[in-house]
Amino acid sequence: MLSIETFLHVGLAHYIFLSGILFSFGMIAVLMRKNVIVMLMGVELMLNAVNLSFIAFSKESGNLNGHIMVFFVMTIAAAEAGVGLALAVAIYKKFHEVNIRFFEHLRG
Amino acid sequence: MNHALLIMTLLLAPLLGFLFNGFRFSSKDAYLAGTVATGAAAISFFCSLLLWKDLLALPVESRVIATHFFDWINVGALNVRFGFVVDQISAIMILVVTGVGSLIHLFSVGYMAHDERPTKYFAYLNLFLFNMLILVLGDNLVITFVGWEGVGLCSYLLVGFWFTDSQKASAGMKAFVTNRIGDAGFLIGMFTLFFAFGTLNYADLAAIIPKVPETAWLGTITIATLCLFLGATGKSAQIPLYVWLPDAMAGPTPVSALIHAATMVTAGVYLFVRMSNVLVMAPHTMEVIAWVGASTAFVAATIGVTQWDIKKILAYSTVSQLGYMFLAVGVGAFTAAQFHLMTHAFFKALMFLGSGSVIHAMHEEQDVRHMGGLKKYLPITHITFVCGWLAIIGMPPFAGFFSKDEILFQAFASPYGNKGLWALGVVTAGLTAFYMTRLMCLTFWGKSRFGHDKHPHESPPTMAIPLIILGVFSVIGGWVGIPHVIGGGVGIPNILEGWLEPVTAQLKETEVSGLLEWGLMGFSVAVAAISALIAYSFYILSPETPKSIAAALGGFYDAVCNKYYVDEFYQGWIINPLVEGSKALWLYIDVNFIDKATYLAGDLVSGAASFVKTVQNGKTQSYALYMALGVVVVMTIVLL
Repeated sequence: MLSIETFLHVGLAHYIFLSGILFSFGMIAVLMRKNVIVMLMGVELMLNAVNLSFIAFSKESGNLNGHIMVFFVMTIAAAEAGVGLALAVAIYKKFHEVNIRFFEHLRG
Repeated sequence: MNHALLIMTLLLAPLLGFLFNGFRFSSKDAYLAGTVATGAAAISFFCSLLLWKDLLALPVESRVIATHFFDWINVGALNVRFGFVVDQISAIMILVVTGVGSLIHLFSVGYMAHDERPTKYFAYLNLFLFNMLILVLGDNLVITFVGWEGVGLCSYLLVGFWFTDSQKASAGMKAFVTNRIGDAGFLIGMFTLFFAFGTLNYADLAAIIPKVPETAWLGTITIATLCLFLGATGKSAQIPLYVWLPDAMAGPTPVSALIHAATMVTAGVYLFVRMSNVLVMAPHTMEVIAWVGASTAFVAATIGVTQWDIKKILAYSTVSQLGYMFLAVGVGAFTAAQFHLMTHAFFKALMFLGSGSVIHAMHEEQDVRHMGGLKKYLPITHITFVCGWLAIIGMPPFAGFFSKDEILFQAFASPYGNKGLWALGVVTAGLTAFYMTRLMCLTFWGKSRFGHDKHPHESPPTMAIPLIILGVFSVIGGWVGIPHVIGGGVGIPNILEGWLEPVTAQLKETEVSGLLEWGLMGFSVAVAAISALIAYSFYILSPETPKSIAAALGGFYDAVCNKYYVDEFYQGWIINPLVEGSKALWLYIDVNFIDKATYLAGDLVSGAASFVKTVQNGKTQSYALYMALGVVVVMTIVLL
């Protein structure tokens, strides 16, 4: 099953596989790391992994729907990064560190 | 005038009086409160008169004014209407209740003028009147039971009215608890009747009841009526539940007159007159009622002979007279029972009010040993009291003579009666004459035995007027039921008998010669007269004789004097075992099992929760992890 062709001819499966790997890395970063900046980077990674799979599917099916979705995702990702960083800055100003555990103070 | 409106006014006037006084209960203005309360009672009395007049205008066979305001309970087969009925029985009852009630309200204005909480008192009194009217007007057992419970509550409130005295407060409690025992019987009887016949309406019950008397002791009707009778023994103070009534004298004296002589305690008698058509189908119950009534009459009269408290004497006399009424019910003489109920309401209310006047004049002294010779200080009270005295001992032509004679005659001649019951009744009549004469001698006649610091004075007009009116009725009240053997010759009809005939169960007349009737009548009057003379000679002419007789009787006298130790018996053999048993149940069963079980249930829940609550720890990342895990699980399920 696993022949040399698999590695030489780059197809849809490769993109999806790569997308899955990137998504997992991003998720691990969000779940494991305590640093908020790194967690935000993990979120970006997950979003971009999804973007990658969108593009791959778009290419495969031959229409532009996937591209349009990607634009939306990028827009939202930008907004999300803005909010996330603002929170990180606020936390840093108060505690001089950007550890996720300080977010517990957000509850009432 | 519209009858529904009239009945509504009749009922609501005392209720409004209660609300008016109830909302300003802390006021000390006895005259305003008394005027409103008396006015409310008088409005009710006026409505009763109008209803009675309208009832008279109807033809004899359809003398019923019924109204129903709304359907109260409508569940499955049970359909209870909030309905009221004025017929021949309840017309007499509402006239007595509101008439005597109004007079007692009026009397209270003077009696309670210097009390701490007059407004509260009058509020309770109006509330009592309202409940009593509901009791007698209700067209089914459930409505009657509502009134039955309501008057019980008011009795409790008024007996314990001076609740700062713990003895008086506990007398109220005793009245209430004793009545609860009877009420349980009332409820069971009601359930049994509903179970058997599917209705609780008096008219429907009378129509639906089988027309064959039950012979079995365990028949449905017999059991139901026996249970209802247990309720009646509680409310109407019969053996075995009569013990609360003498203690209930702790209340203000007008309350004793209204509730514990004229109206509430007769509710049991009223109930059986109302249910006469059902009762005659249970001859065994009637037998029980007759014997219980006769024995109560006798036992209470013997105790009455030995008492020294003026109100206690009257209380035992009330128990005894109620026994007469139940004797009449038991021998099927429902007319006689209702008749005695009415005359007794007049003369006993009169005597209680008279005793109130005496107590008022003597500055709260109730012991007859410290009275005597009050005749010249309290002329009005004395004259009216004499009327009551002659009425209760059954001297012709006073009211009590006709009703008591009718009962004794029926006990002798009715198909349900027998000579034993009659003999017990006659002996009781003799005892009644004895202790009432003794009361008269010790209180009003003879030499005065009170100190010079006391200056008895006649009561104000608000107290004297009710006495005079009731005194008049104690004389003429019996003339509505003059027996044929006396009245027939000169053309005076027995109005009452004809009045009640259509609504009560009729027994087949036993043919008795006029001579026998005259003989029985003469005999009982003679017995009463002789005992009265003996009492007079004992307490006026030779005051030492009673003491020597009491000394000669020794232990027996002590037993009677201490009410046969019935209270001690109940305390020792019923109340204490119950209390001890409950304590044992509490300390053993409740603490060891029930409490432990609930603790265990609580521990189980909190234990389970302490495991689950670690999941919700407030850490953002662990929530994210659960989310991711959830997605993985869902995806696994979907994809595989």
